[in-house]
Amino acid sequence: MIYREAGDFKTGYREDGQTFPIRLDRWAYYALIAVAVLVVPFVIDDYWASAVILPFLIYSIAAIGLNILTGYAGQVSLGTGGFMAVGAYAVYKLMTAFPEISIVIHILLAGGITALVGMLFGLPSLRIKGFYLAVATLAAQFFLVWLFNKVPWFYNYSASGQITAPTRTVLGEAVTGPAASAPAKYLICLGFVFVLAWLARNLTRGTLGRKWMAIRDMDIAAEIIGVNPLTAKLSAFAVSSFFVGIAGALLFAVYLGAAEVGEAFGINKSFLVLFMIIIGGLGSIFGSFAGAAFLVLMPVFLKNLMTGGLGWPTDLAAHVELMIVGAMIVIFLIAEPHGIARLWALAKEKLRLWPFPH
Amino acid sequence: MDQLFFAAEVFLNGLMTGVMYSLVALGFVLIFKASGVFNYAQGVLALFAALTLVGIQQGQVPFAHLINAIFGTHVESFGWTLPSIAAIALTVLVMIGLAILIETLVLKHLVGQEPIILFMATIGLAYFLEGLGDVMWGADIKTLDVGLPQGISDSVEAVTAEWFGYGFFIDRLDIWATMIAALLVAALVAFSQYTKQGRAMRAVADDHQAALSVGISLRFIWIMVWSIAGFVALVAGIMWGTKSGVQFSLSLIALKALPVLMLGGFTSIPGAIVGGLIIGVGEKLFEFWVGPLVGGATENWFAYVLALLFLVFRPQGLFGEKIIERV
Repeated sequence: MIYREAGDFKTGYREDGQTFPIRLDRWAYYALIAVAVLVVPFVIDDYWASAVILPFLIYSIAAIGLNILTGYAGQVSLGTGGFMAVGAYAVYKLMTAFPEISIVIHILLAGGITALVGMLFGLPSLRIKGFYLAVATLAAQFFLVWLFNKVPWFYNYSASGQITAPTRTVLGEAVTGPAASAPAKYLICLGFVFVLAWLARNLTRGTLGRKWMAIRDMDIAAEIIGVNPLTAKLSAFAVSSFFVGIAGALLFAVYLGAAEVGEAFGINKSFLVLFMIIIGGLGSIFGSFAGAAFLVLMPVFLKNLMTGGLGWPTDLAAHVELMIVGAMIVIFLIAEPHGIARLWALAKEKLRLWPFPH
Repeated sequence: MDQLFFAAEVFLNGLMTGVMYSLVALGFVLIFKASGVFNYAQGVLALFAALTLVGIQQGQVPFAHLINAIFGTHVESFGWTLPSIAAIALTVLVMIGLAILIETLVLKHLVGQEPIILFMATIGLAYFLEGLGDVMWGADIKTLDVGLPQGISDSVEAVTAEWFGYGFFIDRLDIWATMIAALLVAALVAFSQYTKQGRAMRAVADDHQAALSVGISLRFIWIMVWSIAGFVALVAGIMWGTKSGVQFSLSLIALKALPVLMLGGFTSIPGAIVGGLIIGVGEKLFEFWVGPLVGGATENWFAYVLALLFLVFRPQGLFGEKIIERV
């Protein structure tokens, strides 16, 4: 009754091919943007920003990045944590070396540097496939973390081995460092999410995205019909790492403020982002958001329930949480291998007929 | 000269570490061959087995922590200490039960899915088992002692000192582990070559459908293979647990076994062994010669980078089946 496309006529290919072809969806999207820009910054407080909203936004970027590589181009990567570390350390070096240049440019450059590193570690993908590649990307994970731990130049010879973000401003508002306010942090992350999601959506439905999907579905067949595996795979690694690098830069500079590489960008980060795209839906931009939201919200919810509601000790709650996350992964893979994105699509299909299904 | 002997000692120790890696890698290969599942949970399986063994041996109440949190009681222990043999036997039963549960709850529902989906399912399984092990037995570091000899072997030191004028330091546990691993490998090879079930297992590995059509029960074979993998995990868990205590880091040996597999080939039992030895020796020697120049702790990544470089030239690993691709 409420979700209808009757009377929604399209008179051109452009209208037919748009991201939200149904008018109601479009309005909902505009409303969401309006709320995100006009309402949330005025009501956000430090708890919500640091517990839910900032991690959600930042992990969304990382999940979109990994989804481009794994969901669209079919190259499974377990090196996400390592690439996030590249972004974080790149932005740290840039911030401290060129303090007069805007942090936005630094974050973009950090993404670019990560893209180069990603392409380097993507080179073996031309020879290695499937599991072998998944395991090979672990080489990137372990090597990069070790590198940032052992070479003092990367953390500016600080005694603790940590990197700490200095205060930097955008339009006169501090966005990094201890002085940054929750709305400022939120808005800069939102800006990056908005632009990058738009970019990802349009890349994946264009020529490049189709090449990626052809490689994913069957790389030999794709090669025969004229898709160059070298450019397709390396561009997937580059674009994916660009996103992941920006996520890492934001995670360190805006969200954490200080980071130690083994703890902040260890292999668990790689698995976390991988779980996000599995639960959210492989090969779907919406799925990346849904998966990130799910895996950011669920621990907060479980923690409040078990330690706050039931009064369990925190270590027990953490272990039960591990079990639940693991079980969720398996259940999702069995029940709906295409993740929340597919559930959402099915729900919309049902809703279009509701309440008169015949 | 001393430097050379020292390198030889590092080499020997690497060889023994390599045997341990092979042991874990073996569990991977068995499951991969029989069911095409790349079992990421193998390392956590070893941790779980070791935790269960310690728990049973020392008479801990399973889920004590959880029960106490829910009911406000203070149960900790049944107050007995089982002999090692009985505890090991009970743990084997637990691992078989776990294999049956994994088959009926997870694998059965994922038949015919893409291999990568199955791989991710085992990552989920690994998380679940890690949490389960901690909830069941507690997350504190435990010492495992099933009566294996430990400490530097005096006789080896004395004999080598007499022969070369340089006493080799070799842990007795390592020697035992090497012997047990060799025995285990021999037993597994004999099992798969000379018994009916072993032949059935190889038939399943070769072709699922053909195996089904001659009356081999796929589900039974899978349960059997996971049980064997659980047993191998238990042996690996005992070795590593005795060496460095039963704790979370034990599950990370799976991460060490992965490059071993890449190097040796996912489908080859000899590959797992040779790969393990190469990685074990390689990382110890690399740490010995190059490590001090670059700040040490190269063991974390050396195996991966070695395997990665190797794979670029030989994508199926040392002994893997040649990858043939058709459209």
